[in-house]
Amino acid sequence: MSDTSVSRHIDTAATTGGRVIVLAGGLSHERDVSLRSGGRVVDALLDTGLEATLRDADAGLVGALAADPGATVFPVLHGASGEDGAIRAVLELLGVHYVGSRPGACRLAFDKAIAKSVVARAGLRTPEALPLASATFRDLGAPALLDALVDRLGLPLVVKPNSGGSALGTSVVRDRDELPAAMVGAYAYADVVLVEQFVTGTEVAVSVVDTGQGPIALPAVEIEADGGIYDYAARYTAGRTEFFAPARLEPEIAEVVAESAVIAHRALGLRDLSRTDMIVDAAGVPWFLEVNVSPGMTETSLTPQAVRAGGLDLGQVCWDLVHAAAGRPGD
Amino acid sequence: MPTPPGSRLDPHHDRYAERARTMTASEIRALFAVASRPEVVSLAGGMPYLRALPLDDIAHLVQRVVAEEGTQALQYGSGQGDLALREQICTVMSRVGIAAHPDEVVVTSGSQQALDLVTRIFVDPGDVVLAEAPSYVGALGTFRSYQAEVRHVAMDQDGLVPAALREALAALAAQGRTAKMLYTVPSFHNPAGVTATPERRAEVLEICREADLLILEDDPYGLLGFDGHPPRAIRADDPDGSTVVYLGSFSKTFAPGLRVGWALAPHAVRDKLVLASEATQLCPSAFTQHIVSAYLRTQPWEEQVKVYREVYRERRDALLDALGDLMPAGSSWTSPTGGFYVWLTLPEGIDAAQMLPLAIGERVAYVPGSAFYAGPTLPDEARRSLRLSYCYPEPDRIREGVRRLATVVERELDLRATFGERGPAAAAPTAAEATGPGPDTA
Repeated sequence: MSDTSVSRHIDTAATTGGRVIVLAGGLSHERDVSLRSGGRVVDALLDTGLEATLRDADAGLVGALAADPGATVFPVLHGASGEDGAIRAVLELLGVHYVGSRPGACRLAFDKAIAKSVVARAGLRTPEALPLASATFRDLGAPALLDALVDRLGLPLVVKPNSGGSALGTSVVRDRDELPAAMVGAYAYADVVLVEQFVTGTEVAVSVVDTGQGPIALPAVEIEADGGIYDYAARYTAGRTEFFAPARLEPEIAEVVAESAVIAHRALGLRDLSRTDMIVDAAGVPWFLEVNVSPGMTETSLTPQAVRAGGLDLGQVCWDLVHAAAGRPGD
Repeated sequence: MPTPPGSRLDPHHDRYAERARTMTASEIRALFAVASRPEVVSLAGGMPYLRALPLDDIAHLVQRVVAEEGTQALQYGSGQGDLALREQICTVMSRVGIAAHPDEVVVTSGSQQALDLVTRIFVDPGDVVLAEAPSYVGALGTFRSYQAEVRHVAMDQDGLVPAALREALAALAAQGRTAKMLYTVPSFHNPAGVTATPERRAEVLEICREADLLILEDDPYGLLGFDGHPPRAIRADDPDGSTVVYLGSFSKTFAPGLRVGWALAPHAVRDKLVLASEATQLCPSAFTQHIVSAYLRTQPWEEQVKVYREVYRERRDALLDALGDLMPAGSSWTSPTGGFYVWLTLPEGIDAAQMLPLAIGERVAYVPGSAFYAGPTLPDEARRSLRLSYCYPEPDRIREGVRRLATVVERELDLRATFGERGPAAAAPTAAEATGPGPDTA
């Protein structure tokens, strides 16, 4: 460890009360991924000399935070309550310093349809999509509505829960007959399902980090899943997907992609850290798919790869984020 | 500019054995992470209710083992297992009608390891193993890891169906093939919750003798019959062990954390099992063997089995009552007379694997029926079935879990009615690999 990092460690320890609580787990469908992400963040912070502990978001959380007022919280919760702003609203209620976006911005980002409309207004392209509750299909009749969706969006199309990540409940539908099963599968994860036009191209993820100097895009990570579908197994089985970091994009396109992620980050009012998933089409145009306010940090996740590709150290980035959060006036 | 190399985040990606290629992350396994939270009523895991154990007495027992037998208990031991324990295991097996000699017993790290060792010495890649439909997920995982082809044989409320077994053998013969063994859990089946009748056991034994087919009888729950009369093991009527290799375990009658199980096999098989075991682990844990042996020697272990039986009987009743009161029309389920599990079949059209996230969202967990099939095809009834474990939650929690499950089923039925969907073909996991063996499915 360098002398600089030691001195910064002491500085942050004084500011944070010396403790970082990494919140992970929770009750969402992505609990398992979150626990792995959280463990990785704890390790990264410990490597920088900070005192960091992993904590579940459970019934004891509020009391524990109240008893530890100097701690800074690093939420690494994925899915509902972790990314929809609820936990962060509680952290603000308790006056706790925390890393990441504020509740209102999280709510916008967590609702994929709303996030798409916000970034579209900011000038980004995003595939046409419709968010629909199951009641809509029940009330209007599913067959006719599904036909209309196919007529409008074409095939293949993407069916996914309107909230949540890790590709849980997501499928690419290539045949009209597969659509009802895909809808039922997606509704198992969320009350609203997004039916989205399928865009062919290069799948990339761009992480954006802001440690006080404004949002900066890290190098895009290109995803090439075996079989072409970046589903749950492809995400979390090492070896099932080939990643290119930085992505194999022409420099001017890479620049546009990076700018797009920063535009999305700003348009949604995000803070500290985000990851924007996009498809770059054959003409080099990036299409916004979704943004994550608590990106995965597991061994196979995209943000740690982007950090490495940017010549940075994950521990140092986490340290910087904690430092920025701890020094921030009350949320 | 040269194209930068890609990364698969695994420098060993190209080195794995073929059998490791199917070992992948799965959504279903990930969902079980939530089941460990107290807010969730988990009817998924087959975890014995260890609060029923006299833990203080066991603590003293462990202390005595270290103080009085430490130099043996903490030392390497015999590859076959401790002789005193093997003698005691013969006493345990006498309760299911087996007259065995300690020389024929090989102590293993849980009966799961015995299953692995037996498969290792008998099954070559591509060999056929017959197993009940459905079958224990841990066994399916073992068979898959040895690249066996599993063919399922129908069972009903009386156990494995002899006619189906004959058909399976005939179908193989017609292809010029034979099966290497029949894997069966005749008593208080995991996951089906049914018990083979004495007549069925006799008939299955007869068929296998005629066909010269090895029976691998897995009997972890045999002493946990609610009427207190353990079913007679198939091995009891195969005194020389020429047809049956028998597996037993202390995981359900004492405690699974000790990982002590065994195989009972004739001498030639035993010798190979011991060699295979030594190649794997040198010897089973001497420490836990000493603990189990001291427990059997000094504690009223059969009284403890009775305590377990009463606990599980009360919970079985709670589950069956709740299912009767709350499940929608079109549902059916087995009524176990012992063991840990009820097999629930839901109304037509439902896919229990696809419904699991909805259930987790409602804070109730189960294991989808598809986990108990080797695939690649899945019968419709399996798709709409699931396993419920009643061994761990308290009766009132069991009822609450069924209430939540019933709500989920109603929602799923509504959803499927909306989409005219009678069961997905593409998305459903069809094999045990989606779940895999593990504490959640033991």
